Amino acid sequence: MMPNFHLWLIPLLPLAGAVVNGLLGRNFSKRLVAFFGLFFLAASLGLVWWVAFRFWSLPQAAIPHTEVLAPWIVAGNFSAHFAFYLDQLSLVMMLVVTNVGFLIHVYSVGYMWEEGGFYRYFSYLNLFMFFMLTLVLANNYLLMFIGWEGVGLASYLLIGFFFVRDSAASAGKKAFIVNRIGDFGFLIALFLLIQHFGTLDFDKVFPAIAGQPVETAGAGLLTAIGLLLLTGACGKSAQIPLYVWLPDAMEGPTPVSSLIHAATMVTAGVYMVARSNVIFDHAPDALMAVAIVGVITALFAAIIGMAQNDIKKVLAYSTVSQLGYMFLACGVGAFSAGIFHLMTHAFFKGLLFLAAGSVIHALGGEQDMRHMGGLRKEIPWTFWTMTAATVAIAGIPFFSGFFSKDEILWKSLSSPYGSRAYWAIGVFTALLTSFYMFRLWFMTFFGEYRGSGSHGYEHAGHAHPTLASAKDVLAEIVVPAEFVSIVMSNMIERSGMVVSFEERGARTFLQASVPAANMAHYEEWLREHTNARGTWSERAPEEEGKAEVLVRPLAMQHERPGHIHESPRVMLVPMVILAILAVIGGYIGVPEALGGHNRFDHFLAPVFRTAAGALPAGTPGAGEAAAEGTAASRSETIATGVSIIMAFLGLFFAWLLYYRKRDLPDRIAAGLGWLYNTVRDKFYVDEIYQAVIVTPLVKGSALVLWRGVEVAGIDATADDSAATARSLSDKFRHMQSGNVRSYAAWVAVGAAAAIAYMIWMGVR
Amino acid sequence: MVPLHYYLVLSAILFACGVTGFLIKRNIITIFMSIELMLNAVNLSFVAFAARWHVLSGQVFVFFVMVVAAAETAVGLAIIIAVYRTRETLNVDQANLLKL
Repeated sequence: MMPNFHLWLIPLLPLAGAVVNGLLGRNFSKRLVAFFGLFFLAASLGLVWWVAFRFWSLPQAAIPHTEVLAPWIVAGNFSAHFAFYLDQLSLVMMLVVTNVGFLIHVYSVGYMWEEGGFYRYFSYLNLFMFFMLTLVLANNYLLMFIGWEGVGLASYLLIGFFFVRDSAASAGKKAFIVNRIGDFGFLIALFLLIQHFGTLDFDKVFPAIAGQPVETAGAGLLTAIGLLLLTGACGKSAQIPLYVWLPDAMEGPTPVSSLIHAATMVTAGVYMVARSNVIFDHAPDALMAVAIVGVITALFAAIIGMAQNDIKKVLAYSTVSQLGYMFLACGVGAFSAGIFHLMTHAFFKGLLFLAAGSVIHALGGEQDMRHMGGLRKEIPWTFWTMTAATVAIAGIPFFSGFFSKDEILWKSLSSPYGSRAYWAIGVFTALLTSFYMFRLWFMTFFGEYRGSGSHGYEHAGHAHPTLASAKDVLAEIVVPAEFVSIVMSNMIERSGMVVSFEERGARTFLQASVPAANMAHYEEWLREHTNARGTWSERAPEEEGKAEVLVRPLAMQHERPGHIHESPRVMLVPMVILAILAVIGGYIGVPEALGGHNRFDHFLAPVFRTAAGALPAGTPGAGEAAAEGTAASRSETIATGVSIIMAFLGLFFAWLLYYRKRDLPDRIAAGLGWLYNTVRDKFYVDEIYQAVIVTPLVKGSALVLWRGVEVAGIDATADDSAATARSLSDKFRHMQSGNVRSYAAWVAVGAAAAIAYMIWMGVR
Repeated sequence: MVPLHYYLVLSAILFACGVTGFLIKRNIITIFMSIELMLNAVNLSFVAFAARWHVLSGQVFVFFVMVVAAAETAVGLAIIIAVYRTRETLNVDQANLLKL
């Protein structure tokens, strides 16, 4: 008797949460919204743990375990069902997704408490969990694709969560559109699988592929499928050339960056490649492409990450870089090492974002590291959790990132698919990783505080001390003169402000003060409309250009320098738990060379062993340790030693440049000149894409598709046929005279014509 | 024996008279009579064919036509009376409410 795990409940519970909050949440109190958001996910989390404990008692023969919920598509020989697939890999993914996801949900309660649209946020977040768990648990590629697209949708919704900000709305669109390109490849791969194997079920398609010969001689069908799957993975997991959406995705709320754009969704590509390990093992060329994409992305993103000043941008490029490591691991056939790094990365990168969110929260929306510094004493909890995550990602020995990264680097050297070049680039990237992470750490927490209360004015380009010093002035509104009325109607009326105007060139400053009686209204308005940055912007409806209405409540700005506050406990607890995981998470897979047993690798081995039969001897995976001689062990020790040196070297350089001699970075940047500018401006990749792809597409669409096909072709056809019908019927209209005798005459003529025709036919 | 085509020609002449009367006359009663004329022209050819080919169904059809014509007369005259009562004229050209 097969056990029934009710796997379908795991994704469906968060969906229930999304539906409840999405449909009814508007009228709920924030407490109730948070309760529903957490409750359904907690139920799902409990179920996952229950499944995990039961999983151990399953006999090996029962794994993978499949549960069919309902038939979905049945067409001829092809079928795809709502069916769930439980094996070691999906169990690990499920545990990572639900645990990290739950912690970030808890954190979000604190982080988003002051933001508008609280219920909408939790509805989206639960929706994301639903799709992510569907993706992970699916037993066929089609259901996986549903989850795949669904997480993309949730990602789009959450990146554009602050949709009144233009940049957030376009970042959401960018993420969605760039992912479309990858998804196209994924879909074609699915079509190829259907055409040649007639099924998309994992438990049918993989054995069918395992029977095929390895495509060593030349590229064939499996190589094509592998490369197309890689395209899809590149989109979702932000690899070159489709990584450009991830840095922009930082427009979303920080917990979203943590959950979706660091810990879970972006690792879906890695999961997909690991899940398809049978395909890639039979297509060495595709596997090599995975490794090359991964190693180049790791290096490239790390270089860009070194020169970023926005704390979230650094972490975004770091994420891209770490995902590159995971691809590298998969690309050298060390799938379990990739999944191991995926898991530890989920811990420390999720934590890094949460800690960064806590910093941003403490500074009232400041994200620029140049305006931070010395926060070590002000926000100690954030500092220590951030430290744990930083040492973990930098690869300092005995923290989680060290074990997983070392495993990847070793495999990239020792695997039959590996090479010295991969290892060399990987080790160099480890140096860069350590450098940019400690750079962030020093810039944020050490030195003296570089922010100031007047920061907001500097951005707007106006110094306006009279307003700031006035006692009863609560908000300064910078607005182009022609939009004053809109601002007034939208907000001033509601908060009962008393307003005076001051014109300065093209812009009008509004000086708004609030009578004591209306104070409550004003505070309510602030809570509803301002975001974490303490600013509110609204685009005027009839606006044409770039004009933005900016409202900066001065009350919050005054608070800033004096009141750097530690985050509430609801945010700190998840951070502490993740910090513990980031420190000890690596011990479940300590590599053999370091005296461990690599239990993680052995646990996942059955998933990847099906592929092993096709590989040449010396396959990474089970039983490898016994086969390896002392020479290999020694070189592994040397490799580990090198990566430890790199980690500390990065720490040293960061310490030297950003703690010891703080004027050095600027001098180096000036010395490097255009080279530094190129790196700081992200190698102009966005601009190049704009020029090479977007602009030609827009121009081509406008000229050919719009003016040519649409206007001259489709519209003209429709309009002309309508005009013809109209003029013809104008003529025939005159037959309808209303005169009975003329109708009769037409009948007679018609009858005569019919008779004449019949006679003529008869004569013939 | 009178040849068949004599009957047919007579029938055609009667029918043409009926059509012409229908089209050129303005009085509804006259138009009505023209319709009867056309029906009877058809009846004549039916009977002629029946006699020529010794088939009774042609004659049976004539009875049907007569029955229908009688019914039509009853309905038609009622309509004509109704038209006359509302419009006080029997000129069809003045009954042109359907005109655009």
